[in-house]
Amino acid sequence: MTQRADIHDSHSPLVEVRDLNFSIAGRPIYRGVNLDIERGKVTAIMGPSGSGKTTLLRLIGGQWRASQGQVLFDGEDVARQSQRRLFDIRKRMGMLFQSGALLSDLSVFDNVAFPLREHTDLPGELVRDIVLMKLQAVGLRNARDLYPAELSGGMARRVALARSIALDPDMVMYDEPFSGQDPISMGVLLRLIRQLNDALGLTSIVVSHDVNETLGIADYVYVIADSEIVDHGTPDELRQSDSEWVDQFLHARADGPVPFHYPGQSYRDDLLTSAR
Amino acid sequence: MKSGLAQLGYTALDWLAELGRSVLFLLRIIAALPMLGRKPRLLVEQVYSVGVLSLVIVVVSGLFVGMVLALSGYRALVQFGASNALGTSVALVVIRELGPVVTGLLFAGRAGSAVAAEIGLMKATDQLSGMEMMAVDPLRRVVAPRFVAGIIALPLLTAIFSVMAIGAGGGYFVGVTLLGVDASAYWHGIQSSVGIGDIIDMFIKAGTFGAIVTWVAVFEGYYAAPTSEGVSRATTNTVVIASLAILGANLILTAMLFSGG
Ligand SMILES: Nc1ncnc2c1ncn2[C@@H]1O[C@H](COP(=O)(O)OP(=O)(O)OP(=O)(O)O)[C@@H](O)[C@H]1O
Ligand SMILES: [Mg+2]
Repeated sequence: MTQRADIHDSHSPLVEVRDLNFSIAGRPIYRGVNLDIERGKVTAIMGPSGSGKTTLLRLIGGQWRASQGQVLFDGEDVARQSQRRLFDIRKRMGMLFQSGALLSDLSVFDNVAFPLREHTDLPGELVRDIVLMKLQAVGLRNARDLYPAELSGGMARRVALARSIALDPDMVMYDEPFSGQDPISMGVLLRLIRQLNDALGLTSIVVSHDVNETLGIADYVYVIADSEIVDHGTPDELRQSDSEWVDQFLHARADGPVPFHYPGQSYRDDLLTSAR
Repeated sequence: MKSGLAQLGYTALDWLAELGRSVLFLLRIIAALPMLGRKPRLLVEQVYSVGVLSLVIVVVSGLFVGMVLALSGYRALVQFGASNALGTSVALVVIRELGPVVTGLLFAGRAGSAVAAEIGLMKATDQLSGMEMMAVDPLRRVVAPRFVAGIIALPLLTAIFSVMAIGAGGGYFVGVTLLGVDASAYWHGIQSSVGIGDIIDMFIKAGTFGAIVTWVAVFEGYYAAPTSEGVSRATTNTVVIASLAILGANLILTAMLFSGG
């Protein structure tokens, strides 16, 4: 414990990904990826759909194991922990799932209270206050008695956000927090993520397709494509980047190195075979 | 042909692998059981939920089965002038065989399928991974309480079924009220023939069947493919596998309890 603290002082990155290789069903998703998530910063992960951003968050959370390489959280290899130790690590991480992943048989209030009730012995009054504070932050305090099935997609994601910060974790991973949000709640969420990060001293990872908004709040950005990190830097550096990948991605061009189509047989061949 | 034989071999291997996985899963559930002591409320909720799900169907079936048994039993017994033995015949059949088996089958169809669908859907909608990321083990929070709930609920439901089948609304109603068997002979026959051992055997059978149903249900749900098709397959598999397993286990248990008693 003390030994670890020696090596990993507060200046080292909170998350270090080293030579990460990972495939799903034989298809490589990552080939030799290295990246650092600095403490106290908002780090954005961007990349085309299907490039493996959600996969990266699952690897950081220790849900999936890399076939080669390491994912270190505060100096500990998440893939090599006992379940108990891994759970202790996860209590320090909040994760907002792309799908929300709210528990469908619990109300909004109980969903946000869930991690508090599972992991703390706080009295009911205090749990109530904390839950209402978190819901207030995402603008859904008065929706507390609704059930997940009664929420819109954007609302569900905001509840999930409130839940992911319920335990006041050290790090929060947001998987597409802005999709399905109207411009007003999008602005609120952007500010909220930044404020939570700065006021509570969190470390944040934001996965998002909303390029300009995300560049607006991020301290550092990684762009993933084609199983690799094609560029990284501060938002300003990226805007100046001469990488074709980044240029295409930031300016939403259809032509460029990023294929819009899932790789495989050519369109022409496909049509010709079907005609036969 | 070679390919036909090979296919059979592969199917058998798949089946064995599945069996092995389900046994490992059972061991993991058992390892998670001590945690239930800390949150007994989870267990109570599940017993209530699976019990209430099946209550109506168990009560109604108990009445019908009791009535049919009394009708057919009366026709057989009256030929030998033994209609006073009607209570004995209904009670022994219900308590030894039909009670646990029929209740078990109904439970598999009603509660087993519901548990499999619930867990499968939780998996398909990322709720189980969500729990894992919140450092909550779904095996402890979701699976273990449902497994134990089956072991508790099914014996209770079987007792209810038996009371319904034998009592005032079922066998007694047809035998005594409609067919005119002597009421005191009906009850006396039951009292003198059904021993405490029979009741214990009934609970042993019901508890075993309850474990089988919820074990199959939680396994199928937990390993369901995370799609609507996967969930529906898990539900169907649960009913088919659990029903067959109940019938098989009943044969074994009857043989064991019979030779033991
Ligand atoms: N459970 C799974 N089984 C098989 N393949 C998967 C699975 N999950 C993801 N993949 C594959 O892994 C790749 C990366 O998926 P991932 O969900 O990480 O993408 P993403 O970058 O988050 O995309 P999006 O922006 O659309 O959410 C995809 O091409 C997908 O086909
Ligand atoms: Mg994703």
